[in-house]
Amino acid sequence: MRSFASYFIIVLMFDVTIIGAGICGSLIAHELSKFDLAVLVLEKENDVAEGATGANSAMVHSGHDPKPGSLKCKYNLLGNRMYPALCEELRVNYVPIGAFVAAGGKEEEEKLDILISQCKERGIPFEVLDGDTARETEPNLADRITKVLSLPTTGIITPWEVSIAAMEEAMLNGTKLKLNYEVVSIEKKDDHFLINDEIETKVLINCAGAHCDTITEMLRPSPYKVGAKKGEYFVLDHLNGTFVNHVIYPVPTEKGKGVLAVPTVHGNVMLGPNSEFVEDAEDDATGDGLDFIRKEIGKTVKNVPFHKMIHTFAGLRPHIDLNDFYIQEDDQIENFIHVAGIESPGLSAAPAIAQDVVNDMVLPKFECKKKEGYKRRERFIDISKMNEEEVNALIQKDPSFGKIVCRCEKISEGVIRDVIRRECGARTIKGVKMRCRPGMGRCQGGFCEPEVLRILSEELKADPSEILLDRKGSNVCVALAKEDL
Amino acid sequence: MERHQLVIIGGGSAGIAAALGAYENGLTDILVIERESEYGGILQQCIHNGFGLHTFNEELSGPAYAEKYYALIKDNECIRFLYDAAVIRIEDKVMTVSSPEGMRKVEAQAIIVSTGCRERPAGAIGLKGNRCEGVYTAGTAQKYLNKEGFLVGKKVFILGSGDIGLIMARRMTLEGAQVIGVAELQPYSNGLARNIKQCLEDFDIPLYLSHTVESVHGNARLEYITLIEVDKNLKKIPGSERRIDCDCLLLSVGLIPENTLIEDLGVKLDKRTRGAIVDDRYMSSIEGIFACGNALHVHDLVDYVSQEGKKAGKAAADYVLGVEPEGEKITNYVSNGVSYMVPQSFHKGKDLEFMFRVSKVFGESFIHVYGKGLDKKIKKLGIVPSEMQKVLLKKEDLDSLEGELHWEVVE
Repeated sequence: MRSFASYFIIVLMFDVTIIGAGICGSLIAHELSKFDLAVLVLEKENDVAEGATGANSAMVHSGHDPKPGSLKCKYNLLGNRMYPALCEELRVNYVPIGAFVAAGGKEEEEKLDILISQCKERGIPFEVLDGDTARETEPNLADRITKVLSLPTTGIITPWEVSIAAMEEAMLNGTKLKLNYEVVSIEKKDDHFLINDEIETKVLINCAGAHCDTITEMLRPSPYKVGAKKGEYFVLDHLNGTFVNHVIYPVPTEKGKGVLAVPTVHGNVMLGPNSEFVEDAEDDATGDGLDFIRKEIGKTVKNVPFHKMIHTFAGLRPHIDLNDFYIQEDDQIENFIHVAGIESPGLSAAPAIAQDVVNDMVLPKFECKKKEGYKRRERFIDISKMNEEEVNALIQKDPSFGKIVCRCEKISEGVIRDVIRRECGARTIKGVKMRCRPGMGRCQGGFCEPEVLRILSEELKADPSEILLDRKGSNVCVALAKEDL
Repeated sequence: MERHQLVIIGGGSAGIAAALGAYENGLTDILVIERESEYGGILQQCIHNGFGLHTFNEELSGPAYAEKYYALIKDNECIRFLYDAAVIRIEDKVMTVSSPEGMRKVEAQAIIVSTGCRERPAGAIGLKGNRCEGVYTAGTAQKYLNKEGFLVGKKVFILGSGDIGLIMARRMTLEGAQVIGVAELQPYSNGLARNIKQCLEDFDIPLYLSHTVESVHGNARLEYITLIEVDKNLKKIPGSERRIDCDCLLLSVGLIPENTLIEDLGVKLDKRTRGAIVDDRYMSSIEGIFACGNALHVHDLVDYVSQEGKKAGKAAADYVLGVEPEGEKITNYVSNGVSYMVPQSFHKGKDLEFMFRVSKVFGESFIHVYGKGLDKKIKKLGIVPSEMQKVLLKKEDLDSLEGELHWEVVE
């Protein structure tokens, strides 16, 4: 096929359309944006990274855990190796923090031995420590822990930052993103697909997460059914490394990787998840899982500072009944590509998935060249990582960079304005929070949310009553004061 | 580097009073660093009446109280306010300050932390359910209403009977919202008696004692909450769940002193107050670092905050001018119903005021203060956790005391 890249502004025909702007959709769009192709991303929510990408363990697993021979295993291993360079390319945070898988007693040690042999087979760097040695670097490891598998290639990231950055850079290079756009119909025409009777695309990539099967059903009976696994988490305030210094895993069980303690790139610690099947793939309500996490976490760590808890959330992972990722071109419908069932370790696997989908499934269909003059995005401004001179240069250009709006995370007004003004910029209070953190701190937006709302309304030239917290319908203001309700 | 005798972090009621206290006691170079563009802190959004009865013998609104107190230092050349400026870090006595003029370092001989407190958010109490719009801390809803001019809900339920929640029950009712009720986990109210009367009873808003919110539900916006009753051990009673339709849940579930700046510096905090551990000079465990107001412990009345601020200011001035405390140092210990004591330690040699709270409701009882050489019982007709207690001990009472001082409630 010849690429339509040069015409796509006039003709509503795209070379590639991606449904879903989660981590996979964003990274695929980003890879494709390097080529002369007309690419469109459709997202039903009002921001990218709103599904599983926005609520998970925020880490890059080493690949020690997935079943041998599975796609999960293959892509996790590859993805883990790709992340450091990818994060540098996208100018986002990546911390090679390392992980401890902690076993206590004979039974757990035997399970740990299986992981150790998997590490050997898979070429994953590792070290085995006895409990006391491990406690030298990780003093809050539970007393019952007798043996530890140390995995230095485990990393932590901010998943939505990766996704937002990838989409931002893709858009800088011509990719179109349509938010608040729900796909309700797809027709297969001779050499293209027709979406919602208005968008034509040659290649269609299904990255719809929890709704992959619904999308597929629009074209054919789905070979898989998507359910959802819900995981709940606690978030603790900044602990400055006083609690844990690595990701701490228990030994895995049939139910999954178990309850982890995960430091975040911003110095918080997350505890979780539990794992529970839910009927409704959008049911992100937290429930009794937190009680379970409180109990379970004690198996691996002690002195948990629960009083530092500032937030709880639940994430949904799209689980398909085939129990593995489903990544392939459809066996009946040409040019229709499935990226389905991307549950854990989907985040770790995503860069490798995107690479394979683009290189092996999409590019061979087109005669296209690499784009010339590819534009790089700028890093999100993080004043905490800058020295005084750099900050002052910024403030001199725009004094609002000196006005602190979020006192907990020390985010200034200029930083907030910057994340709104960008491609793939923030449009909601949550969008601002995801990009630069006001509301992520210990007051959870109690002080700064009204300020953020004011800045959003100025930047978007919208009335304050139109500003949303999150989804459509989540307007903060429901009525003006002193008027009939 | 910019240097001052005294830097006060936070220009709210405690900070303003501290500046006045320090000036009156001889300091001539005082800088108040305020992150907002005006003085007064949280007072500026508290437009209801009831401030200043003790200080000015009249009932003022929050902004009026701030203005009246600020007038005492307004044209004082020894006190300077730096607005829109936030201290983002303290190392030793050097503060990194960010403001639209730039980021710079400021050094002080003494620092007073009067940064106020923050509200406990939904995440900190593990509120179950959806993360939908419509769940706010009462103070945030207050800011939206009183400063931005809009309501965050029309059909409101309130969890927690803290004073801000009660004030907001009345305020939102007056603005036309329907306030369905207030739930309080404890079998007693956590607000001041006058607020229960004036904000709930006068508006027929029911108070559900021994109740809490089990979960919140809604897609984009809150649709309903599940209310549940608790037993006397605060355990939820299965089967007592009740659905209440509302588009807004306000939380008034506690205030936490804002101390991260000095916590990072290594100042020791009291596990109960979550403020600094201080002596009678309001000096923390690090010499020259003082704390007062709601950053030290959460107060009921702004008048008390001002009094405390002023005393802290005076003490900081003494410290800067080299005046050392003379008397022997005594440590306070609390038990049996006394949940905390400020100051946590003190120097003998003068009359001293002690502030504390009790851990539950007591009827007629005694505050028992004892130690080697001192045994005193102070009769109380009734004490509740929501009302801060004050006890004045005379110099003569303390003179004979040795070692440590114990506090308890005897029924």
